[in-house]
Amino acid sequence: MAAPLTLLLLVAVTVRAALFRSSLSELISERVEVVSPLTAWKRVIEGLALLDLGVSPYSGDVFHETPLTIYLFHFLVDYAEVTFMVSVAGSSVVVTYLILFQFRKQKFALEADRYPLDCLELIRSPKEMYYIPLKVAMFYLLNPFTILSCVAKSTCGLNNAIIALFILSTIKGNVLLSAIFLSLATYQSIYPLTLCAPALLYLMQRQYIPVNFRRASFWWFIVQYAFMYLGSLFVIICLSFFLLGSWDYLPSVYGFILSVPDLTPNIGLFWYFFAEMFEHFRLFFLCVFQINVFFYTIPLSIKLKEHPVFLIFMQLAVISIFKSYPTVGDISLYMAFLPVWSHLHRFLRNIFLVSCVLLACSALFPVLWHLWIYAGSANSNFYYAITLLFNVAQILLVSDYFYAFLRREHHLTYGLYLKRKDGSEATLVLK
Amino acid sequence: MGLLSDPNRRRALISLLTRLNTPICIVCYMAGVAWFMGLAFEPFTLRTYMSENAMGSTMVEERFPAGERALATGREFSAHKKRTGGMPVEWLMKTMQAKGLEVFTQRFSRTLPFPDENKERYMVRGTNVYGILRAPRAPRTEALVLSAPCSPGDNNNQAVGLLLGLAEYFRNQIYWAKDIIFLVNEHDLIGMQAWLEGYHHTNTTGMDWSPLQGRGGSIQAALSLELSSDIITSLDLVLEGLNGQLPNLDLANLFYAFCQKIGVLCTIQGKLQRNDWDSVSGYSHAVQTMMLMVMKQASGRPWGDHGLFLRYHIEAATIKGVNSFRQYKTDATTIGRLLEGMYRKLNNLLERLHQSYFFYLMPSLSHFVSIGYYMPAFGLLAVILLLRALDLWVQLSTPPQRTEDGVTDIEPVRGTHFKTVADLLSLLTPLVISHLTGVALYMLPIRFQEMAVEHFPVSETEAVVLTAIAVYTAGLALPHNTHRLLSGEGTEQGWRVLKLVAVLYLAVLLGCTALINFSLGFILALTLVPVAAFVTPHVPKVLSAFILVILSPACTLLFSVFFFQELQEMPISFQDGWLLFLSVISQGILDHSLYGSLVYPLITLLVYPCWLLFWNILFWN
Repeated sequence: MAAPLTLLLLVAVTVRAALFRSSLSELISERVEVVSPLTAWKRVIEGLALLDLGVSPYSGDVFHETPLTIYLFHFLVDYAEVTFMVSVAGSSVVVTYLILFQFRKQKFALEADRYPLDCLELIRSPKEMYYIPLKVAMFYLLNPFTILSCVAKSTCGLNNAIIALFILSTIKGNVLLSAIFLSLATYQSIYPLTLCAPALLYLMQRQYIPVNFRRASFWWFIVQYAFMYLGSLFVIICLSFFLLGSWDYLPSVYGFILSVPDLTPNIGLFWYFFAEMFEHFRLFFLCVFQINVFFYTIPLSIKLKEHPVFLIFMQLAVISIFKSYPTVGDISLYMAFLPVWSHLHRFLRNIFLVSCVLLACSALFPVLWHLWIYAGSANSNFYYAITLLFNVAQILLVSDYFYAFLRREHHLTYGLYLKRKDGSEATLVLK
Repeated sequence: MGLLSDPNRRRALISLLTRLNTPICIVCYMAGVAWFMGLAFEPFTLRTYMSENAMGSTMVEERFPAGERALATGREFSAHKKRTGGMPVEWLMKTMQAKGLEVFTQRFSRTLPFPDENKERYMVRGTNVYGILRAPRAPRTEALVLSAPCSPGDNNNQAVGLLLGLAEYFRNQIYWAKDIIFLVNEHDLIGMQAWLEGYHHTNTTGMDWSPLQGRGGSIQAALSLELSSDIITSLDLVLEGLNGQLPNLDLANLFYAFCQKIGVLCTIQGKLQRNDWDSVSGYSHAVQTMMLMVMKQASGRPWGDHGLFLRYHIEAATIKGVNSFRQYKTDATTIGRLLEGMYRKLNNLLERLHQSYFFYLMPSLSHFVSIGYYMPAFGLLAVILLLRALDLWVQLSTPPQRTEDGVTDIEPVRGTHFKTVADLLSLLTPLVISHLTGVALYMLPIRFQEMAVEHFPVSETEAVVLTAIAVYTAGLALPHNTHRLLSGEGTEQGWRVLKLVAVLYLAVLLGCTALINFSLGFILALTLVPVAAFVTPHVPKVLSAFILVILSPACTLLFSVFFFQELQEMPISFQDGWLLFLSVISQGILDHSLYGSLVYPLITLLVYPCWLLFWNILFWN
């Protein structure tokens, strides 16, 4: 396992290093699909310059990174490329080990003979599972989205690394580290807050605490976790305050994420709606859009109570689709998990359609951008149409995986070849 | 969403699509071609109308009186041009200053990558002269441009004369709200490129030019004038610009409206408009006009000096005076009045021209086909690719028969894994080799010209073109099928996967091309889609190889050359056609390196490798 992984890392680093040195890197770092106002490297540089001049980096409306990031880059600015490569490589290795660990556990499921006999082909053999971590690493390291995001030095790579560390520590069962990394991820971009639900479910499953509202142990565990989470969040926020000496960063980072003042086109759904909207509806729709990101946590955690790891995947996907400034870097994180669910492929229905649409949209983004901004012959509607299609395809992809997961669960309980009462073969219909 | 979720209906639809795949594909292809041919039929097109309110009614009164004097100035210009043997910069500056303009010059020089044999130039050195008429009525934030090229020989002297005449007349009017820039550019497009880059402070092609000393506001619209005789019979409007970009349709409407008002014969693609659309000859006339526009647009080169303005978001067109010995004559005063009227209308603009269409085809000057009408023709062709891809996907995802029942041993699992690696390699090798061939085709012709000239008795231009053809042909002979070394023999699975990838690649590629340059996308789709649809390793080799070569991008270009000549009613012999084909290739390469035209890199780096993939599938076993 180590040798192919090293080879993969070498290839990935070579590709990135070559792109960093080529003239393409400048072009890529300007693309709106790759960098958002939150993660653009250009803005980090601006913030660093202001910091060096002794001005608050948040004066003006350019810099929207968190204080810890800017102090990190204060020391690492000369090694930025290396930092990004390390963060990407690191997160892929982390995810790989995480999947390895996860599967060692799943093998027990193989021995459990609580499933009907004809379901054996639904359960993965160890041989199949052996290559999955490598595939995950490949999906993350060689995904063009990740490469673009890394070459553009989008700080999204760092956020992804933090989230990967959070998932690893959760799955290892380390409650304290899990809470700390979750608070770091929340501190970076708010939305990972919703990941606390799968983390709690997973940790409780590990410690055999039943998810029951009447049990004291349940509440006690939640209080413990919340205390650790809020405590570390408090520490990080105060640390930021002491580093900067002001609370400037709160409105400039979190206000910026939540109230979406920057309507630069991106691959998300916010910019066009809010550019077209009458001003007095703005607050209402802002609330609707933001609640939308968080809302799915509740139904999903109820439905996937038993499968927190799949819940993490769903949450990551929902965040990267509905967040206010999404970039392709966010998408690449949840796409890295796709090989983990390779056992669901026989139940996927629209995978061909969806992958065609995703492929076509990725090619059309730059073309329509060119027609709109440079040639002046198309307009924003063309670009937004593609954005919309891209997001619909992502939603279809995620819901397809969700459906396939539920269907596999159904078959695991009721047998693979369903029979109607009269003995003929039955089919499952989703209505 | 019933289709997406109900398995029974899905299965029915998919089985229908796979069973009837070939007939549906053939019907789609026919329908696409028929739709396209139908576009020229007048009842299916829209009448042009002025969308821009600011230019709505023709309420300006044209009073330009001095056509004869302008022609005299033109003759004087011609005499000075002959004396200096190039652009008479001193004289032009003096004359423009005398008319009361702010006059500036710009020097530029450019060495072409290889000699241009059509225009006989290699090291180009020249000067642009331009005069700015400052707007008396408004802050000088916007400008209009009138340009005339200073061509070698006796061409276009009248255009420069008329430009100077108009400058003098415009200077005395008080209603100008936009600066008007009168530009005389040397070495046609190269000079225009230098001037535009200087004006906008960009340098995209590595040309040397001196910075501009004087500047007006942001340019809203531009017209380029080409007149070569004192009396003309009709005016021709040229719209096609760099990379097939077109100006806003309102500019064409404006021209048409004034031609109607003043009573000048106007043509597009050199074709007069006819009223007998219901007769066969009338319809074929409209088809010819539209096809000429399609061919010109597909070439991606600027067909007049206006072509480079479009890149800077400036609506521009070229107006050409034609003297074709018709009865109906127009003198310079009338043309002056027409231009005066157009500039007064453009002067009224409150915003950039944006109301009307940017994507259109014109079967005649008074009718147009918008993007909503012509895109289905392309869509019908593109859907063939998607249907084939779906068919392949279904074939790939349903294994022929399942022998082992449920229980999977370790041996087959390892076997399948090995197989996927081999499959991946057999997929990657052709992809990589085809693209490397494409890169070679893109880089080698210009790099190798010196070596080729040393060793072979050819000129530089010939060396470039012949190297390109040699690399192109060598690409066909390359051993793409390295998978035979890896796994002995190409598998059924292998070519299906490769074809799926190639078909999707082609679909995305053609879709993107058609959005930027519909005509190019459509012509490529017309030839490449049948190839993509029918090719498998099991069809008769020799015949299919022949068809594949006939439908390859280079042969498409060769046919287009003959077809274009045919459309222009100037049929040529095969010998001349071949020479023209060679010169078209060299022009394409030059357009890319001089003005940044995208057609050459598109064909060499993407379309050709994609076609090679299909070539590869044919010789899979």
